[in-house]
Amino acid sequence: MLNFLEKNLPKIVLAPTTIVMVICMYGFIVWTGLLSLTKSRMMPQWDFVGLDQYRRLFANPRWDVAVDNLFIFLILFIVIALVLGLLLAIFLDQKIRAEGAIRTIYLYPMAISFIVTGTAWKWILNPGLGIEKLMNDWGFVGFEFRWLVEQDMAIYTIVIAAVWQSSGFVMALFLAGLRGVDENLTKAAKIDGASTFRLYWHIVLPLMRPVFFSAIVILTHIAIKSFDLVQALTGGGPGYASDLPANFMYTFTFNRAQIGLGASSAMIMLFGVLAILIPYLYSELREKNHD
Amino acid sequence: MTSFKFTKYNIGRAFIYLILLFFAFIYLAPLYVMFTTSLKDIEEIRSGNLMALPIDPTFYAWKKAWSSACTGSDCNGLAPYFWNSVRIVFPAVIISTIVGAFNGYVLAKWKFKGSEFLFGALLFGCFIPFQVILLPMAKLLGMLGLANTVTGLVLVHVIYGVAFTTLFFRNYYVGIPTELVRAAKLDGAGFFAIFRHVFIPLSAPIFVVTIIWQFTQIWNDFLFGVVYSGSGTQPITVALNNLVNTSVGGKEYNVDMAAAIIAALPTLAVYVIAGKYFVRGLTAGAVKG
Repeated sequence: MLNFLEKNLPKIVLAPTTIVMVICMYGFIVWTGLLSLTKSRMMPQWDFVGLDQYRRLFANPRWDVAVDNLFIFLILFIVIALVLGLLLAIFLDQKIRAEGAIRTIYLYPMAISFIVTGTAWKWILNPGLGIEKLMNDWGFVGFEFRWLVEQDMAIYTIVIAAVWQSSGFVMALFLAGLRGVDENLTKAAKIDGASTFRLYWHIVLPLMRPVFFSAIVILTHIAIKSFDLVQALTGGGPGYASDLPANFMYTFTFNRAQIGLGASSAMIMLFGVLAILIPYLYSELREKNHD
Repeated sequence: MTSFKFTKYNIGRAFIYLILLFFAFIYLAPLYVMFTTSLKDIEEIRSGNLMALPIDPTFYAWKKAWSSACTGSDCNGLAPYFWNSVRIVFPAVIISTIVGAFNGYVLAKWKFKGSEFLFGALLFGCFIPFQVILLPMAKLLGMLGLANTVTGLVLVHVIYGVAFTTLFFRNYYVGIPTELVRAAKLDGAGFFAIFRHVFIPLSAPIFVVTIIWQFTQIWNDFLFGVVYSGSGTQPITVALNNLVNTSVGGKEYNVDMAAAIIAALPTLAVYVIAGKYFVRGLTAGAVKG
């Protein structure tokens, strides 16, 4: 008996995590998946109606807005954070004095919660008293900045706050990547007379491919999960103009007692993440097998 | 550095410094605005602007944010919720870190048939959008009698944090030579003895990274907090959001800002003290190896 315990100790140690994982991750996903096939409203009830909830979901204008917003947010957020993060990393990599201090400044927003970030930017972008008033006081009379309360523009305030929060992190990723570039390579290129621009464009950037990849996956992940930032900054408004899918899911599940519909929206979010995650994990594993 | 000449090189350098300082200003500006706003009274906020220094600094907003601002129906400030967060964070961080250390140890050095698959399956948990587990988890907490309790929130944070802590420890322990394990085995050491006498002494940095990561994640969490807490058990992020969105008589932006800084202080402090480890945690999830 003792021998059996001894031999199987590693499995026994891992068992609790495995059981919890099977139930609370995979079991729950199946549960939500099944629920999305029922017509549950307030409480879960198990009469199946096929894909009805999904049909309702796709016919819902509010979901449409949330998905459109996600794409706007995703693309702008990723592109701006990548470009900014890369540029700052390249500049910081030029043997800068006080590099440590500057790096610390760029990265601190990442330690703050999205709720705090949202609260801060909500005040900064305040239509009456925020940046608009600042510009007016500084002499730009008639300067207007009311994106927070404009239907078509509210989603861009989310982009601003999210970029502010996450671009420093992208910078850190690239900086780590740049520090890993073989110095002999860049020296050789300089001796050959390559300009700084050509050096980065043709030699260094291609080497950053894996960093781009990781950064995009992480940023996408942040974007799809950005629920708190919207909640704190715009509350999804004006109306539901700046809702993201995560906010849609929350509203319909917990405020509107339409848990079947909420479950279907959660499943779509999961599929969205999988569509990005599977190629990523696949390529990671393939690289490992090459080693 | 005796005499500065306007060479092409120098102008280039100056340009780089200018850009870097400009962005340093941009990143710092919101913190500056929050802080100065929190020291102004409401009259000054209305008459001045974002960048203006407070003329007559007052701690009124800080006092109110901490002890008497309304967060929904009750008006006790953020203090009770700050302590809720503390009561959630500490047990959740400690438990998830210990479990992660054991898991990582097994997955790195005591591989068995199927353990790699298990690791992959667990890794997946770092990425799923939590919306997909929100509702069944609420059901489960209800069944366990833990709905709307601090204990329930601790449990949720442990369950969904273990994927990350396991990943951290596993990747760290993979780098420790297996020869050490073999040698210890020859000396007659068993599973726990090896962990205790060989691995734990080598683990200080990864413990720091993991604890900081978990602390930041759980302190900053809003989604689990808003779904699984009831009145009185909310964490500070939820209370802050309520405070900002409760407008009982005129908006007090100074109180909002003081409250936001209070909510951010613990994680900011950790970042300032142990920034190096914080960054390592961030990149550990990203660049595996």
